[in-house]
Amino acid sequence: MKWLTVLALKLALLMISLGARAELTIEITQGMDNPTAIAVVPFAWQGPGSAPTDIASVIDGDLNRSGQFLPVSRSDMLGLPSVQSEVYYRDWRAIDTEYLVIGRVSVAGQMRIEYELFDVLRQSKVHAGVVTGAVSEARMLAHQVSDAIYEKLTGIRGAFATRLLYVSVTRVPGGNDYFRLTLADSDGARPIVLLESREPVMAPTWSPDGRQIAYVSFESSRPAIYRQDLATGQREQLTNFKGLNSSPSWSPDGNTMAMVLSKDGSPDIYLMNLASKRLTRITHHYAIDTEPAWMPDGKSLLFTSDRGGRPQIYRYNLASGNTERVTFEGTYNARARVAQDGRNVVMVHQQNGSFHIALLDLVSDRLHVLTATELDESPSIAPNGSMVLYATKYAEQGILAAVSVDGGVKFRLPAREGDVREPAWSPYMGR
Amino acid sequence: MKHLPVAGKFITVLFTAAFLVACSGSDTKKEDEAAAAAAAAAASAAAARAAQEAADRQQSLDDAAAAVGNVFYFDFDSSNLRSDAIEALNAHIAALQGTDRSVRLEGHTDERGTREYNIALGERRANSVRDYMVANGIATHRIESVSYGEERPVAYGSGESNWSQNRRVELK
Repeated sequence: MKWLTVLALKLALLMISLGARAELTIEITQGMDNPTAIAVVPFAWQGPGSAPTDIASVIDGDLNRSGQFLPVSRSDMLGLPSVQSEVYYRDWRAIDTEYLVIGRVSVAGQMRIEYELFDVLRQSKVHAGVVTGAVSEARMLAHQVSDAIYEKLTGIRGAFATRLLYVSVTRVPGGNDYFRLTLADSDGARPIVLLESREPVMAPTWSPDGRQIAYVSFESSRPAIYRQDLATGQREQLTNFKGLNSSPSWSPDGNTMAMVLSKDGSPDIYLMNLASKRLTRITHHYAIDTEPAWMPDGKSLLFTSDRGGRPQIYRYNLASGNTERVTFEGTYNARARVAQDGRNVVMVHQQNGSFHIALLDLVSDRLHVLTATELDESPSIAPNGSMVLYATKYAEQGILAAVSVDGGVKFRLPAREGDVREPAWSPYMGR
Repeated sequence: MKHLPVAGKFITVLFTAAFLVACSGSDTKKEDEAAAAAAAAAASAAAARAAQEAADRQQSLDDAAAAVGNVFYFDFDSSNLRSDAIEALNAHIAALQGTDRSVRLEGHTDERGTREYNIALGERRANSVRDYMVANGIATHRIESVSYGEERPVAYGSGESNWSQNRRVELK
């Protein structure tokens, strides 16, 4: 009888950890009016047995998600060339294809993907490339091919070979919810649970080299900031002060962590030297000062403060120690994140009672509201500045969604189970 | 006030002992001892009754505190104590005053607004409850404030009927 109980418990745990995956799916809700038609022909598999990963379909998904491309359906293809000599441009012109991608995959210890990109109208080869890596990283290799194709055709570096952190929650009404910190590819594939807890997990963020992460966990029944090395799994508790320990944010040089502590009274922004652990307090106000975000040059930080009565974005200059208000439009602007260009700032902006994601251009000083749903929050900008990932509510479920910085492309990434929130888009993972 | 009945009983015991001594002069020492023992027994019974009465009083204060619940609600984006919260809080303060118990105040918000701002707002709410308790005689070191922001909702849905249940401080 007892072993039955144990078995039932184990099964329950197994089901929880299966649910823990919170795998994301992709639903494109709005693309560009005239997306470029591109055909990614299934890559020829030159290894034993059948191909372990459908490389072309990963590339299809990436290009489709960008909203700028419309992949040609395989069933419409009149031929399936894998080498240049098999390419007949008229077959592709006949189905209105503008660009064509072909390739070959082989494995000799490592996986090797060779590919070519053709301009169908000009009847010319635009680009040829090779990527190699571990077989287990096949999907990441495919994303690297997508990055190269995207850059050749748009002039903008691709951000498909990147990763996401997010928090997912399984509700337990009347009890403690399950909180999970998950790492996944930029398309939501290959989710890995990094931390599972019955206490809240919040504010995941990346080190500038993409090798470490930091987050807030309540696992000790109080909030504390932790950092974790992704390769070794090694974890370090950075803070455990009385009161708030929140909003960790790495400086662009990786040496300093900005954070919010309320140990001296009200929530203020502090900088921690990660080598010496020495703290420097940079805001001194009785109001709420929170959500620090570094400018890419590391010379100033944006933060949220309600010192003016309502939450607005302010900028603190490290050299002068001066603080200036940045946002003036609307009664609620909070949680800024800055694009790598140092010009576009995304934030949560309240309009007519609803919370949307807005983009502020620091040069023109113009604010553009990017989303139309009601409870949008936690914007995170892609390392190439093209897309903004954020959290919203859809059908009473917390989901991730994305919008292009021009507002033209939108897609949702609902989880199969549970609420998903607080996405953090990684920096480039090396080239 | 509360010492009077005890003192009264003592006087009764003393009179009884004196009467016993006066009545039988023969074995005075023995009777003195008996009288002292009786007095001591009566005194400890009285002390036990007093302790029981104090425990009963504390129990009734605890019952009163339990009856008003341990959750205090707040208006949107506000950390001001509402009159219903103050009334409930007074019952808890009365119950805490006769003890050295420690409490934990957990601050919560509804889902609107950013998570980090809400964590700060939840702390503000917990601290406004703490400040009221301190102002009414509960020592600061007995109170711990922790904010969960919007991370631990009681009601999962949207809309004011759910939100109003989530904007709260829980006393534990």
